[in-house]
Amino acid sequence: MASELNKLTIADASSKLRGREITATQLTRDCLDRIAAAEPRLHAFITVCEREALEQARAADARLAAGNAPALCGIPLGIKDIYATRGIRTTCGSRILETFVPPFDATVIERLRADGAIFVGKTNMDEFAMGSSTENSAFGPTMNPHDIGRVAGGSSGGSAAAVAAYECLGALGTDTGGSIREPASFCGVVGIKPTYSRVSRYGVVAYASSLDQVGPFARSVRDAAIIIRTLAGKDARDSTCSARPVPDYERALTGDVKGLRIGVPREFFVEGMQPEVEKSVRSALKNYESLGASTVEISLPHTGYAIAAYYLVATAEASANLARYDGIRFGLRVNAEDNIALYETTRAHGFGAEVKRRIMLGTFALSAGYYDAYYLKAQKVRTLIRNDFERAFEKCDLIVTPVAPTTAFKIGEKMNEPLTMYLSDIFTISLNLAGLPGMSIPCGHDSNNLPIGMQLIAPPFAEETILRAGDAFERTGAFKPRTPAV
Amino acid sequence: MNREAYEAVIGLEVHTHLLTRSKLFCGCSTTFGAGPNENVCPVCMGMPGVLPVLNRRAVELAIRTGLAAHCAIAPYSIFDRKSYFYPDLPKGYQISQYETPICKGGYIDLPATENGEPRRIRLTRIHIEEDAGKNIHGENASLVDFNRSGVPLIEIVSEPDLRSAEDAGAYLRQLRAILRYVDASDGKMEEGSFRCDCNVSIRKRGAKEYGVRSEIKNLNSFRFVEDAIDYEVGRQIEIVEGGGKVAQETLLWDPARKETRPMRSKEYANDYRYFPEPDLPPLIVPAEMEEKVRASMPELPADRKTRYVRELGLTEYEADVLIADRDVADYFEATLPALKNRKSAANWVMTEVLRVARDSGESFVEAVPPAAEVGALLRMVEGQKISLNAAKTAFAAMVKSGKGAEATIAALGLAQVSDESAIAAACDKVLAAEPEKVAEYRAGRDKLFGFFVGAVMKAMGGKANPKVINDILRAKLTG
Ligand SMILES: [Zn+2]
Repeated sequence: MASELNKLTIADASSKLRGREITATQLTRDCLDRIAAAEPRLHAFITVCEREALEQARAADARLAAGNAPALCGIPLGIKDIYATRGIRTTCGSRILETFVPPFDATVIERLRADGAIFVGKTNMDEFAMGSSTENSAFGPTMNPHDIGRVAGGSSGGSAAAVAAYECLGALGTDTGGSIREPASFCGVVGIKPTYSRVSRYGVVAYASSLDQVGPFARSVRDAAIIIRTLAGKDARDSTCSARPVPDYERALTGDVKGLRIGVPREFFVEGMQPEVEKSVRSALKNYESLGASTVEISLPHTGYAIAAYYLVATAEASANLARYDGIRFGLRVNAEDNIALYETTRAHGFGAEVKRRIMLGTFALSAGYYDAYYLKAQKVRTLIRNDFERAFEKCDLIVTPVAPTTAFKIGEKMNEPLTMYLSDIFTISLNLAGLPGMSIPCGHDSNNLPIGMQLIAPPFAEETILRAGDAFERTGAFKPRTPAV
Repeated sequence: MNREAYEAVIGLEVHTHLLTRSKLFCGCSTTFGAGPNENVCPVCMGMPGVLPVLNRRAVELAIRTGLAAHCAIAPYSIFDRKSYFYPDLPKGYQISQYETPICKGGYIDLPATENGEPRRIRLTRIHIEEDAGKNIHGENASLVDFNRSGVPLIEIVSEPDLRSAEDAGAYLRQLRAILRYVDASDGKMEEGSFRCDCNVSIRKRGAKEYGVRSEIKNLNSFRFVEDAIDYEVGRQIEIVEGGGKVAQETLLWDPARKETRPMRSKEYANDYRYFPEPDLPPLIVPAEMEEKVRASMPELPADRKTRYVRELGLTEYEADVLIADRDVADYFEATLPALKNRKSAANWVMTEVLRVARDSGESFVEAVPPAAEVGALLRMVEGQKISLNAAKTAFAAMVKSGKGAEATIAALGLAQVSDESAIAAACDKVLAAEPEKVAEYRAGRDKLFGFFVGAVMKAMGGKANPKVINDILRAKLTG
């Protein structure tokens, strides 16, 4: 039996590594062994980087031996296959990039490398991050570690499943409409979408530029705090990235939520949602009250328009962002008699159905004569949604909601009903439209033993509030996540 | 065809490269002439995940151009994505400015010509955008060079205030002068840094409303712009005179056949689907920044012209010729120190110096001797140390040898003798040798004076100062 170092939290592993109790090589080996055992049932990874990971582990061990290594030195992470990784294939879940090996690293990959983190592999995802179940991956779906007949959520399903199933200690995802929070909820792990502009997007394959944000998965709030400290901060290569100083997020984890005002928006407890989801979130709110926080009902009146606005803004931006996959400079090329035919056949072969659907939606929304009615109007809705939150945050410091209306659904269940699938993101999407930080943290299980996630939302750049509240909830021990079945 | 009954209505959209060291959104070099795809990086190749970072120098140059053309500088403007598919366009969209250009309004004044008054051509806007790469079609394959991809451009759009091909030419030359004055462009229009689209329509002279216009796209030299407009105006007049109607269409100029032809709809029928570029924050130009740029502005062509006329006493025509090119005007001014006669310096630059530049085929600065040396040469003419003809001989030699004025004059022995005793001695010799002619002269044959001067000059080897000869001879003959 392996030593199962892969089950450690990042905080624990980090102190054992620095205390020379364990080596990065042992830790990485355990993760790779676990990957070898679990992958046939999970398919959380598109590419496993065994050789590179062990090399990184050796380098980390040398650095740990020298002393003064950063917290993430020697920590094995999974990287969503949306991040450009120099020399390692980056597919974005698509046939069109199946063989694409970037000549550069994303900024956050560079920062993780600089800290000595180890990349065990590139995780599975919905093609170009378009989806809520990872079923849109060109390389097949990822199974939920708690029930392999169910989805892991999406689009960052591979990262969520890998962390839940102990294939790595933490992972990177991206969140455009809920792509970190929903799979975190479905897989029973912590997932954070920081404030838009808090983390550089350079080298993150773009889906919807004004909504995409980088964030971590982990098995504890503290671990997530450790990762985002390395990710966050100004980047000269991303003009939309904030120059605000990055706080030491771990120091925010005081366990003290006395006096914290928690807003509970009535629009987020809707008819048709799974009763166990509401029950778990309401019970967590009781826990907060017992810790000295207060709850107040609030209203976010434009919530109902969020999905419509999102699918106009996101698809419009995507239609331009994905125009570069033309078969000319990199990726798949299907030759044809002239340029236009080359684009058509390359894109017809290279993109999956959902990607094509969204490119067409976005192209239509931007077309001459429709721009004002669709794109411009959606941007106005966005402003209204942002104003809703601003007003709400006059009455509270934190908003608590469910992450998704249901727990993980069955594989194939929603594949033929794109609109039902889009509703999986009904509670997460408005944060992306407003640019707010949000976290999914496990708060219960349903009768099928499937994890339920609670969403914590704060004003822009108030990640510390979210982390402190999440950590305080974990400390109560009111809910202990179960070990997944796989 | 009664061409005189019609007037043309022309507006130009000029695209020109900005003279920055690096590209608009990445650090790649903009140097012309590198090997294919040598000046590229993930950003200007449109690789997945890359983001643009705006080049501040490009913004400054656009503002300088706007200020020189009297535009209003927008304190807030945004970039937009203009979407279309073409192999040389790596991202599938061009980052440009659509509804909010950085410069609005403004005008460019055209100087008076032999057949026209000075004119003011209004501008609509100036905006910043990135260039695309270049397709190269081989026999079996097409190749793309992305060195030009992402090089900063400005597009300068005029109102339909131009009335003829000559107008368009004058406007382009004036615009080029301004761009060079503010260091926005090197004016090397032949290296693909200039492209022009022309909107052309005609109407009966005196009519108020505009006719249906055609657009001639992608003209890449001043000459083509003038030729294409000339042809197109004639073509439209012929259609209207023949009772037909001009179609609104997009045309290309065929320089070999000297005619316009319609573009295939596939070549231009695009819905560009503009929308704000989410990867770039709005471009904010605070008042202090505009003021800082304004304070750094050089003297502009129009101001320079006024100064030449008022302070240096040049004619309007002379001033226009000199200011047309900033290098020429700078050169002219560099010849001036220690010269009394500004006008002769102006003439010298306009004739001798410009001729050398024209004939050389090189750039002005490379072709001509240093201005200080030409100044030294002219100072010798002024001080009567050499004759004007000797100066011309010396100048030609300086162009070939690259040597200075003094050295050239000495080497060629062109210095003029003003030494009165030497000249007087030569005069005495000539007069002594020609006693009959001296007698005839004194008897009233004034014409013989020229003969004596010629003889003395010959005796002096052609280098004597003619004025001194005149004075001495006259004194001796009348004395
Ligand atoms: Zn570049």
